[in-house]
Amino acid sequence: MPETLPAEVAAAIPAPLRHRSRGVFAGRGGAWVIGLSVLMSLLALMPIAFIIGVSVQTGWATLATLLFRPRVGELLINTVLLVAITIPLCIALGVALAWLTERSNLPGRRWWSLLSIAPLAVPAFVHSYAWVSLIPPIHGLFAGVLVSVIAYFPFLYLPIAATLRRLDPAIEDVAESMGLKPWAVFFRVVLPQLRLAVCGGALLVGLHLLAEYGLYAMIRFDTFTTAIFDQFKSTFNGPAAHMLAGVLALCCLAMLTVESAARGHARYARVGSGSAREPRIVHLKTGSTVLALTLFTVTCALSLGVPLITLGKWLIAGGANVWQMAELMPALQQTLLLGVAGALLTTCAAIPIAWLSIRSPGRLQRVLESCNYITSSLPGIVVALALVTVTVHFARPIYQTTITVLLAYLLMFLPRALVSLRAGIAQAPVELENIARSLGRSPGRALWLITLRLAAPGAAAGAALVFLAISNELTATLLLAPNGTRTLATGFWALTSEIDYAAAAPYALLMILLSLPLTGLLYHQSKRTAGR
Amino acid sequence: MNTLELHSICKSYGPQRALEDINLSVPTGSRTVIVGPSGSGKSTLLRMIAGFEFPDSGRLTLNGQTLVDPTHEVPAHQRQIGYVPQDGALFPHMTVAANIGFGLSIKGLEKRERIAQLMDSVALDANMADRWPHELSGGQQQRVALARALAQQPRLMLLDEPFSALDTGLRAAMRKLVARLLADAGVTTILVTHDQSEALSFADQLAVMREGRLVQSGHPLDLYRYPGDEQTAIFLGDAVVMPARIEAGWAHCDLGRIPVNNHRNNRCAQIMLRPEQLQLVGIVSDSVEATGCRAVVTERDFSGNTCTLTVELEPSASADQPGRSLMVRSSGLYAPPTGSAVHVSTIGHAHVLSES
Repeated sequence: MPETLPAEVAAAIPAPLRHRSRGVFAGRGGAWVIGLSVLMSLLALMPIAFIIGVSVQTGWATLATLLFRPRVGELLINTVLLVAITIPLCIALGVALAWLTERSNLPGRRWWSLLSIAPLAVPAFVHSYAWVSLIPPIHGLFAGVLVSVIAYFPFLYLPIAATLRRLDPAIEDVAESMGLKPWAVFFRVVLPQLRLAVCGGALLVGLHLLAEYGLYAMIRFDTFTTAIFDQFKSTFNGPAAHMLAGVLALCCLAMLTVESAARGHARYARVGSGSAREPRIVHLKTGSTVLALTLFTVTCALSLGVPLITLGKWLIAGGANVWQMAELMPALQQTLLLGVAGALLTTCAAIPIAWLSIRSPGRLQRVLESCNYITSSLPGIVVALALVTVTVHFARPIYQTTITVLLAYLLMFLPRALVSLRAGIAQAPVELENIARSLGRSPGRALWLITLRLAAPGAAAGAALVFLAISNELTATLLLAPNGTRTLATGFWALTSEIDYAAAAPYALLMILLSLPLTGLLYHQSKRTAGR
Repeated sequence: MNTLELHSICKSYGPQRALEDINLSVPTGSRTVIVGPSGSGKSTLLRMIAGFEFPDSGRLTLNGQTLVDPTHEVPAHQRQIGYVPQDGALFPHMTVAANIGFGLSIKGLEKRERIAQLMDSVALDANMADRWPHELSGGQQQRVALARALAQQPRLMLLDEPFSALDTGLRAAMRKLVARLLADAGVTTILVTHDQSEALSFADQLAVMREGRLVQSGHPLDLYRYPGDEQTAIFLGDAVVMPARIEAGWAHCDLGRIPVNNHRNNRCAQIMLRPEQLQLVGIVSDSVEATGCRAVVTERDFSGNTCTLTVELEPSASADQPGRSLMVRSSGLYAPPTGSAVHVSTIGHAHVLSES
């Protein structure tokens, strides 16, 4: 029907032909929205431009001597091994736990489901701190893999469990009616439908593995990120750090490419109409139940027990002395301040792009959006290095100010705000905005009175996600924050660097308490996308 | 006097022509219905009048004010044109009263009184003012949407398939309510629908659209009796179409000699009759002569108050192919049974269709 222009048709129409459909762009307002989105995306491209620029400036000869040396090879092997071992383990654990909580009659499966998400409330470097203080000699690849799996498996559990809840059980019934045994049904029908969830989750874990600094620094496992950080500390902003950052960025881009290839183009949405029935619940035998409960107990003991027991131990050992309110309160205050400012800034910046992507999806909008996604997949350290260099050279007044820190947060966490905001704006069909205009409200007023009001819950969820990401952010804050800034994360980091583990414990506890709402929010959201 | 004038409106989406050269005048106080199959461009036209979309070329004036011409465009919020879409599109975050009051610029007691008055006019109970849209039935939502659009005293009211989401019984009742309400308020109305019976009953001017063109417009009865071509004829209702030779105001066809409304001599053309123009008389005995031609009932489709019969005309002596099948309406209770022999006679004129 020509009444509503399908997205594909709209995308196929060259922009000049479309300029008169002002119903979508709302005249001059539309130009503003597009202008702001383009501006945001150009800003987002800055870290990549920085890497390319620096590489060109350095010249091939220097670049080769910096890149082709044993140290880089060693880092590359470390990073590849870490990714190659951790991701499959996370997938296996995620699928097993998700299946047990969603498709079996495991006792207390709602609680186990909540406990499987809970490790996300513990920042990765706090996990690492817990293990180091529990088993001080722990280090190297084994430790890296162990702590990574524990810290990051919920990223896979969450989407897989949500997808399992949503799968249409009729498809499994049909497969069984064609003579497949239960195991065959799982591997040939259920598992393939989890592909999107597994790919998305694995990408998220992979990007975290590449970007994380605190976790690996604490257990003395060298990855590109830790090496860049050390390089930065010793030679400040030299070409060596830049080139390592370049390789790291390439690794991230390679991972994005692999993921989008693995995702494929198959359709996974339910084809039929009507709502799906309740999924089937498999009744476990006693032996299997015991095994499953053991798996959950061990996982929870490692991922929640170890951090909580260690923290408890340090807090008891430290007693009242570790609660240095004079230092703790300003850190908490600064964290909240940065978090709130960053969340507001990021959410506001996401509005034009989110609005475009819902109201006038097309090629331009897809390009704009992918710019933001690529940058946010770059490790914080790369973004931070880019911002250091650019501000030192071109914007000296904002170098080492809060503005630069907030800018880094904006670049790193924009997609978190974007995803929630987009879902929110989708709640407000364009028809409502049209009606408001036909009732005499100008396009701007209509946007404010209708769309933004309806998108408010989505925007709030997005802002909360950004806030919590910021409150646990370590790398970029360490590099960019003005002197004297001390957030909970950097305060914790400074104390553990001095091996004052007891004094660091209150900071860790506060971070976990701040993160708990995030976990609740994620749990709630995954339930809602599953339609319960 | 005409309220709304459309002059050669064109619109395309890339290579796809959505509207081609639309010309239409809507008289003041009239109820104009634009009817057409889905994809005919009727909603696009309506959205263009509302100001949600803009034509590639053409002119649009309302009460003498130019809304769109090649040099300037009046945006939707300055047009004062009411719009009620298919699902009502109530603002989900506002109560019924807030929805209705959205377009009002007055405040306080005056506003509350006006809202109460509007709710009363669309037959909504006053205690619904504080309800939320999701607590209303489909019909109630539509009435709120209508009151909301009426609040700003629009110069023109646009209704985009407003009844199609309602169930059959409610639909007719809502249609009558809306027609009476708009007539009382004296608001010029344009309704878009794909339902021909709704279009015929609501309109005092009917415009038929097909593939982005406005193929015919006029009084609904005229369009029903004298459609321009076969497609329009069939779109507006069941039709019996057959070839005939026209001579001196008479059509010679399988049904014999039938008077026609337009005189075009010595021509072969298609003629059209509505099934209700055909009448069946049961043949009691062979000896009794009746007017019309003989036929046999081959199929009965009983649907309560009416019964649609298929009859096969007796083949003429010269031809070898079987006789023509016709559709005839009969009363549900007294329709002749299958296999019975009948006489088919015609009432009124046949309409000569133009070549298409």
